[in-house]
Order: sequence, then C-alpha cells, then structure tokens
Amino acid sequence: MSEIITITSGKGGVGKTTAIASLGIALASRGQKVVCVDGDIGLRNLDVIMGLENRIVYDIVDVVEGRCRLRQAMIRDKRLPGLFLIPAAQTRDKMAVSPSDMMRLGDELRHEVDWVLIDSPAGIERGFKNAIAPADRVLVLTNPEISAVRDADRVIGILEAEEKGTPSLILNRVNPGMVKRQEMLSPDDVLDLLAIDLIGVVPEDQSVLIAANRGAPIALDKESRAGQAFHNIAARLMGEDIPFMDLEEKGGLWSRISKFAGRN
Amino acid sequence: MNQKNNLIQIKGLRDGLLMTLGAGEWGELQELLFAQIDARSAFFRGAKLALDVGYQALRVAEISKLRDGLSEREVSLWAVVSESPKTVQTAQLLGLATRISKQRPTEKERPLVAGDDESALWLARTIRSGTRIEHPGHVVVMGDVNPGAEIVAEGNVLIWGRLRGSVYVGAALRTEASQSSGAFVCALTMNPIRLQIASEIANPVKGKTSKKPQKVSFKNGKFHFEDWQGK
Repeated sequence: MSEIITITSGKGGVGKTTAIASLGIALASRGQKVVCVDGDIGLRNLDVIMGLENRIVYDIVDVVEGRCRLRQAMIRDKRLPGLFLIPAAQTRDKMAVSPSDMMRLGDELRHEVDWVLIDSPAGIERGFKNAIAPADRVLVLTNPEISAVRDADRVIGILEAEEKGTPSLILNRVNPGMVKRQEMLSPDDVLDLLAIDLIGVVPEDQSVLIAANRGAPIALDKESRAGQAFHNIAARLMGEDIPFMDLEEKGGLWSRISKFAGRN
Repeated sequence: MNQKNNLIQIKGLRDGLLMTLGAGEWGELQELLFAQIDARSAFFRGAKLALDVGYQALRVAEISKLRDGLSEREVSLWAVVSESPKTVQTAQLLGLATRISKQRPTEKERPLVAGDDESALWLARTIRSGTRIEHPGHVVVMGDVNPGAEIVAEGNVLIWGRLRGSVYVGAALRTEASQSSGAFVCALTMNPIRLQIASEIANPVKGKTSKKPQKVSFKNGKFHFEDWQGK
C-alpha cells in the first residue's frame, strides 16, 4: 500500500527541499522504494540537493505532456537501491501542470513505489495546489520563527478548508541553546499556536548546509543529529513509535513535547 | 419540465448574471443548471456568474465541483450568495464573494441589531491565519483565534479559547447604538492584535495579558475590560 506525502510550509527557505531529500534517503535506507518529486517547476532545486542534476534527461512536464514514459523520468539514485527522483522542469512555470495532472501522476506512481514524496514550492498559489492535490498525507514544515509559524498556520487553514485532513508538523532548525535562553520560540510555543500533531523536531545543524552543497543529503551522515532526526521521522511515517530526541541531553522540555505529541 | 425550469431564475446584474436556485435536491439542481447553460451556451459563454443558492448547505467539494463544471462551460463563478452560514463560510474559504453589489431585499429586512439571538454562528475549530469570518449575528468559537485571522460580526463574539487575532463586533452599529446594545467580545485569553467595537478601536497594551477570561465592551466612551463570569 503506497502513500503519497507532500511537504509544504507557506514560507520559503525553511528547509522543505532538504527535508524531502533526507526523508527519501531515510525511507530508502529502510528498504523502501521511494520517489521524490520536485513540484517547484521553474525553480528546481531538489536535483541539486540530491546531487543528481547532471543526470536529468526528462522531467515532470515531459511526463505530463506525454513526451516520455514515467519510468524514463525517474532518475535512480545510485547510493541507495529503491530511491528515485522526478525532477521539475526549469524552463517552464507552474501553469505547465494542473492539479488533475498531479493526481494522475500520483496514481501512476503508486504502482511503482511504496512512497511518493512531493516537494511543494513556497506560497499558496498554483504550485502549492498542484503539490497537495494528490497527497494522502501532508506534512507542514516550519522553523521556530514567528513569520514562518504564521505562514504555516495559514497553510494548515487552507488544507483543512480543502478537506485534506489535519497535517502533521515538522519543526526544523531548532536551536536548543537559544530556546533555553528564551531567544527562540520553543517547540511548545509553536505547537500551542498550531495545535496539530508533531511528527519530528530537527535541530539546527551547520552540516546540513555543507551536505546540501555537496549534493549528499544530511540523512546520509550517520554522525549528524539532524540526519538522525530525519531517520526518526521516516520511522514514525512507517508506524513505529520512536521517542523524540533529547536535544538538551537532560529531558524536561523534550519529554513534555513527546507527551503533547502523543496525545492521540 | 416547465415547472422544473422555474427552479432557476436568471437576472442580469451590472457586473454579470445572477442565477437564483429554488429549493430542491442539490445534485438535481446542479444538473438542471448545467443543462440550462448547455442549452444556451452561446449566451452564457464568458459570463460572470453569481449564484444564489438559498438555504442549501454546501460543502467545499460541492462548490468546487460546481465551479469546475461551470468553468468547463466557460462560465466563471465569482460569488455564491446563501442564507446558510455553512455555505457562506465554504464560499469564503474558496475565495468566492458572498455578497453582491446589489443587496437582496431580504438582507435589508434582516434586523441589524446585536441582540438578535437567533443567528449565532457556531465554529468548533481553530480559526487560523488568513481566515475571515463574517456573520450578521453572534459568533461563538470553540477554539483559538490565531494571529492573522479576522472575525467580523454584527453581534457579539464569544471565544472559548485564546484570542490572538482580530475581532470586530457590532459591525453594523454606530457608536451610540453599540453603547445601548452593548456589543462585546469574550475570550478565555484576551490578547488580540486588533479589537474593534462598532467604530471604536481598542489598543490593548502588549504583554499585559490577563490570565483570567475577560469580557470587553464599550460604554460611556471607554473600553471596559472585566472578568468574564457566567451570570
């Protein structure tokens, strides 16, 4: 039974693309067959983050417009068996694909893989509508910043209005030291406002940027705590009950969050 | 068949067409509407359509299906007018207008006083950023009103949760009227970005959030903040 998951945020630059790449790697390393789909037509990035940009022949628009078969556009990631990328077109715009095209594409991909991960562009316009149209489940990703949380709240409202169900939350780039000094919103503050279930907290980690620039997503790095956080999210998506990471190494705050997230 | 056609009335407006649907089963009405448009497709092509659905309570899926069906016929739906608060809310969520420039006669007859206890809108959810709720009566929210959300009510607003967005009560009243009728806002945590009662705007002091549930009203030229207690 395959599942289509879209990651979206409203605000740009919070780490959607990085999260898709890392989740794809985390799921594939658990023996799953995964395809990552770049929904950001005209501003494609996922191929760069995954280090596959020089292997692109066909893209998502070629599939939708019938210039190639679906499998021809699925680029195999040689690092892991079962990991694929469908890149976005760089020379077209969001109007090249419609929500119903995306639903057809999603249904075709269900026959090919266990997981379809769709990277949504920022914003709440056509590209976003395309990305959420085929989703069985939506993950909203945000940073502990007031503007990012406000946009996430707006996106959750739209998802509820479109009857997509209540999404789960990934809180990215949390700096425990700053939270402790009350210089950053705590995960509690964010959950308090958004009132949805938490599926992952990713600590801020400089190696994420370095990894992205090298085209080797952070989840490949076994030492990195951010990478570990994405492996935990993958496990939770597969139905495992993994406790939230102890970012401060002393409990307190984090055990309270896991309690909050485990409400239902 | 002729009687069936009477279920749909078409009227020209300054900025497009207004179709008024009679009472009936929604699926059937929609079929009938499409059939009428298909029968006179040349007349309807490119039209801007406002639809008065009366008391029909429509869900998002129903309105978006209708909109898609209409756009296939090159008719653009820009407004859905309804007596049902549920439909009005749905239409607002989909970005459609819910009032047309020429007010319907029924809207004028509607009493514009806060105190019309028949027309409270019940919202058992979080009102999130970007959501605007407009209602001609009272509004009751079971949940939080988040920053960036707006509630505009002609009556009072009760929030069983935290108010962190904007609320405008007594929207149809002038100041004197609001003083006599006493439009008010209640919330378990009162921390609004903006709060307006009739024509008066309150500027709540930041950081001074009361821990107790509060009721805000406007009397004798001043805002009154008091503890919200059942009577």
